[in-house]
Amino acid sequence: MSFRVPSLFGLHAAPSPWLRRALAALPFVLIVAVYLIASNARLAENPNDKLLPSLAQMVETVQQYAFTEDKRTGEYIMLSDTLSSLRRLAIGVGLAATVGLLLGMNMGLFPGMSATLLTIVTFISIIPPLAILPILFVTFGVDELAKVMLIFLGLTPLITRDIHNSVKKMPAEQITKALTLGASQLQIVYRVMLPQIFPRLIDAIRLALGAAWLFLIAAEAIASDSGLGYRIFLVRRYLAMDVIIPYVLWITLLGFSIDWLLKQWVAWRYSWYHR
Amino acid sequence: MPNPPRNQKFLHIENVYKQYGERVVLDNIDLSVAKGELCTVVGPSGCGKSTLLRLVLGQERATSGEVLIDGVTVGFPDVTRGIVYQKYSLFPHLSALDNVLLGRSFEQGLFSLGRARRQHRDEAMHLLERARIAEHCDKLPHELSGGMQQRVAIAQALITRPRIVLMDEPFGALDAGVREDMQLLLLELWEEYGMTVFFVTHDLEEAIYLGTRIIVLSQYYTDDRGDAGPRRGAKIVYDKSLPRRAHATAVKASGEFIDLVRELRQAGFDPAYLRHVREFNLSHPDSFQTLTPDEYRRGQ
Repeated sequence: MSFRVPSLFGLHAAPSPWLRRALAALPFVLIVAVYLIASNARLAENPNDKLLPSLAQMVETVQQYAFTEDKRTGEYIMLSDTLSSLRRLAIGVGLAATVGLLLGMNMGLFPGMSATLLTIVTFISIIPPLAILPILFVTFGVDELAKVMLIFLGLTPLITRDIHNSVKKMPAEQITKALTLGASQLQIVYRVMLPQIFPRLIDAIRLALGAAWLFLIAAEAIASDSGLGYRIFLVRRYLAMDVIIPYVLWITLLGFSIDWLLKQWVAWRYSWYHR
Repeated sequence: MPNPPRNQKFLHIENVYKQYGERVVLDNIDLSVAKGELCTVVGPSGCGKSTLLRLVLGQERATSGEVLIDGVTVGFPDVTRGIVYQKYSLFPHLSALDNVLLGRSFEQGLFSLGRARRQHRDEAMHLLERARIAEHCDKLPHELSGGMQQRVAIAQALITRPRIVLMDEPFGALDAGVREDMQLLLLELWEEYGMTVFFVTHDLEEAIYLGTRIIVLSQYYTDDRGDAGPRRGAKIVYDKSLPRRAHATAVKASGEFIDLVRELRQAGFDPAYLRHVREFNLSHPDSFQTLTPDEYRRGQ
């Protein structure tokens, strides 16, 4: 006699692919439904309510921000906001990744380096980056540099420590092996370790991107004239939820896509990783 | 007391101790290995045979004593000694061919002539063919089976023409059938390239089958210091030259082979069978023993 496998409940449940998709969509549907009901109720009471704008209102706003040229500047506001935010993010994360990779790899391989740097890197990584934001604005001015520096300073210690740990975890046999094949110390760093640690770096970046967005939005909120964070905090004064909500969704979508792309890149380019 | 004169061979190990904290692992090891020998080292687990290999490799340093190759104290790992591990021999991000090529590409730097590069490629392909793995040369290590990986690893170690090839249980993780194939391959390559091999294994049959000389390292022995304890480590308790047989694996079923296995199992693997340091079977002509007064009190 065979036994039945439950489709949803219990330890042994084996939901079918369709059920899985439906289940994954369920929380989203619920949230949207709750929002729409609440929004309808408030708007029925006061058609000028700004807190929970209707879908139609938001679509209209997005239309205006994303697909209409700004009368004053001739730009698409949402596009130029996105571009300037992504630019800051890319420069900050790129610099942090480069420096973190070089530091972490050399610290992981050379005991002299880690003896010198590990304590200070650990120390710096504990400083809350947002706490030094005022210092950055005073030091680097209110332009691009301070925002990039915030991301850079916030991420570099994280990435350095992550890379350092992964290099440490590499089997010592590999280094010995490379030495017996005639590798110089420099070749060990850049020809043995670097290509193997690269997918790990991408993973580290994926983890650090959440923090990077946080630093970016915070810096843009305080002093900026463009960017997604700037826009959100600008329209906050007018309680313009019809702008803020689509912007937040857009940021989330951007972050999600970047994460997905990086994941695909590792799977495609580094098939030996995760084995 | 001056030590008696001894014939220094290619690999020379004398009075070597290795201890980790209080625990002595290798206890006054003396060993001389001639060029061209396929020297197998066997012993119970934890006897320090891999430690001995790492001392020769330079991955670890002896607590005291000398390890010489061609009369020169060994330093950190370098191109004079090749190594094949049980795993981690191959670099996971490189294809089989690139793994074998590494030994040549490290020496040539970034800018090399196309001709040299082609030559090296041919050399690597030749080695892969000799290891009978050439048709998989473009695969990454994780796409190869354990036996195939070890074939590539052997080719990889041979390309630099090391003066001695160290092997640390290279076939330990393979199935019996694959393991025999690999043993045959190793014997073939050993003959063809005239290599000196230092082969560590825990498998007695493998050690006897492969070796031209077998060394048993064991902590099961006695000497004038009294009973074994943490302050006493393993010694070479057996050292014998083996006749070079035909390659056929059928020899493993012969009576002579089985007797030898039994004899060595008793000599090295039986905790109840303790021979005195003066009574070890060290019949190999290159064998020598330097005992301290503690270990052997003469005239008592």
